[in-house]
Amino acid sequence: MRHKDYMGLGILLLVIIFLPFVITNDYYLGVLVFTALNCLTCIGLCLLMGYAGQISLGHAAFYALGAYATGILTAKLGWSSWMAMGTGVIISAGVAFLVGVPSLRLKGHYLAMATLGFGAIIHIVLIAAVNMTGGPSGVVGIPSLHFFGIELNTDTRFFYFSWSTVIIGLLLALNLIHSRVGRGLRAIHGSEDAAGSSGVNTSVYKIKVFMVSAVYASVAGSLYANYVNYIDPGPFDVMHSVLLLTMVAVGGMHTIWGAITGATVLSLLPEFLSSMSDYFESLGLSYQPDYDTLIYGGILLLMMLFLPEGLVDGMNSIRRITSTMFIRARKKLVF
Amino acid sequence: MTEIILELKKLRKNFGGVVAVDHMDLTVESGSITSMIGPNGAGKTTIFNLITGFLKPSAGNILYRNTDISGMKPHVIARKAIARTFQNVQVFPQMTVLENVMVGRHIRSKSGFIISVLVPPFCRREDKKNRTDAEKWLDYVGLGHESDKTAGSLSLGNQRKLEIARALAMEPKIILLDEPASGLNARETVVMGRLIEKIRKMDITVVLVEHDMELVMDISDQIGVINFGRCIATGNPAEIQSNPEVIAAYLGE
Repeated sequence: MRHKDYMGLGILLLVIIFLPFVITNDYYLGVLVFTALNCLTCIGLCLLMGYAGQISLGHAAFYALGAYATGILTAKLGWSSWMAMGTGVIISAGVAFLVGVPSLRLKGHYLAMATLGFGAIIHIVLIAAVNMTGGPSGVVGIPSLHFFGIELNTDTRFFYFSWSTVIIGLLLALNLIHSRVGRGLRAIHGSEDAAGSSGVNTSVYKIKVFMVSAVYASVAGSLYANYVNYIDPGPFDVMHSVLLLTMVAVGGMHTIWGAITGATVLSLLPEFLSSMSDYFESLGLSYQPDYDTLIYGGILLLMMLFLPEGLVDGMNSIRRITSTMFIRARKKLVF
Repeated sequence: MTEIILELKKLRKNFGGVVAVDHMDLTVESGSITSMIGPNGAGKTTIFNLITGFLKPSAGNILYRNTDISGMKPHVIARKAIARTFQNVQVFPQMTVLENVMVGRHIRSKSGFIISVLVPPFCRREDKKNRTDAEKWLDYVGLGHESDKTAGSLSLGNQRKLEIARALAMEPKIILLDEPASGLNARETVVMGRLIEKIRKMDITVVLVEHDMELVMDISDQIGVINFGRCIATGNPAEIQSNPEVIAAYLGE
């Protein structure tokens, strides 16, 4: 299990190193940067959902907290990007604590309700608190990140940087999963009662993993602000939280690789669909970007019906089924 | 005189108007096997839930080694080396058998969130020790060869053994077993009985809720008979078998 994880990390690393040699188009590199940011958020969300069994419908809000912390502190107050990112992380963890304490001390899916409301509130604040957040017009002029003196101002540089962050995030998440604490979290998912009677402080663990997942989202948000240099409330609405949740569910929430797969597939899907739309137009059908939502919904529905364990587990079971079919067919041939 | 490890004093639990446990008095001697028997719905599992902190008593006290533990949270009670199993088996189905037992080592290890995030698994000495300890307990209950399977794929009998291994990995002073033999066939029940006696030999006090009378009479030092939330008789197996009140409760008059 563990060896497989590290092999996966190695493969991912190789792919990342060589990808910019294959894809030289800045636009596609940009899409891959957004993919990396989604991956980062989804790793955190997966720790919360797949390993601790709690659902958050407000992760876009933590993404927003990170982005706006960076935006406001760097563009308006002139802080360094790293300080701003750190402050965003502290704010997000603190807010997660405040939201998590009342809802996670209870059993059941109260966190989903609380975060849904919280996400909506944050989005409204982003639009309405014009003095601080710039309202609908957002924050402009956010400086790029500097990493050991190198300004991350090209897509290739930021591609490498964002995916390195994903790798580090993955490594830390894997550390957590294969640890005493990680086992405690998975135990809570398996049976909260048995975890408690084994000495796991279930409510504190749930609160802490919620804070960890908020930190992942916040870092992704800060990177987003540093990358696009401009933020507005648009991408941080509740639908984005739902999309993040869909990514984790589609990939398979029981493994961290599922979250990565889901985030990658659903981040690249709109690009795929828009290139498909050219094809449809040649057939005389017009494809509207609004149809994306329809397709997301359809994918989620099909996943829940046929591959409820997600793509990664689904692939394994498909492989098992085909191999048994193959063996059966061979037996028939022999006898 | 032997030491008393657990004492229930005038314990009472009511859910609204329904009284599940009432005026419950029971003392458990250290190193003994104490069984609680009684008809379904008599309140036996409620007593377990009260002792392990899943329910708060409405009145009365639970004394564990002379300190009152009533109303404490389950994980706090677990840290006092009180282990339990559940009537409807509660393993962690998606974790491997070995990992299940490693969760039992939780209270015997320390590393917290920050260390867990920053230190990779292969650098952790504590984790290695946990692993070897867990393997030891799996061998002890006879599941050593199943360690890499997921717990959900085990048979019910093996899941019950796994639950016991997880509880033993806590190195408890006292272990509460809630119907360990229910759903097991005759042979598995005999094996379970031997396992319970083996546990007692390690100087771990056993409190047992069980319907299998043969097993109970065979291994118990003390039996408490519960009916309608009250303890109607206590004594050794021979005394209980000849107690007229018990016979009345079980057979009707």
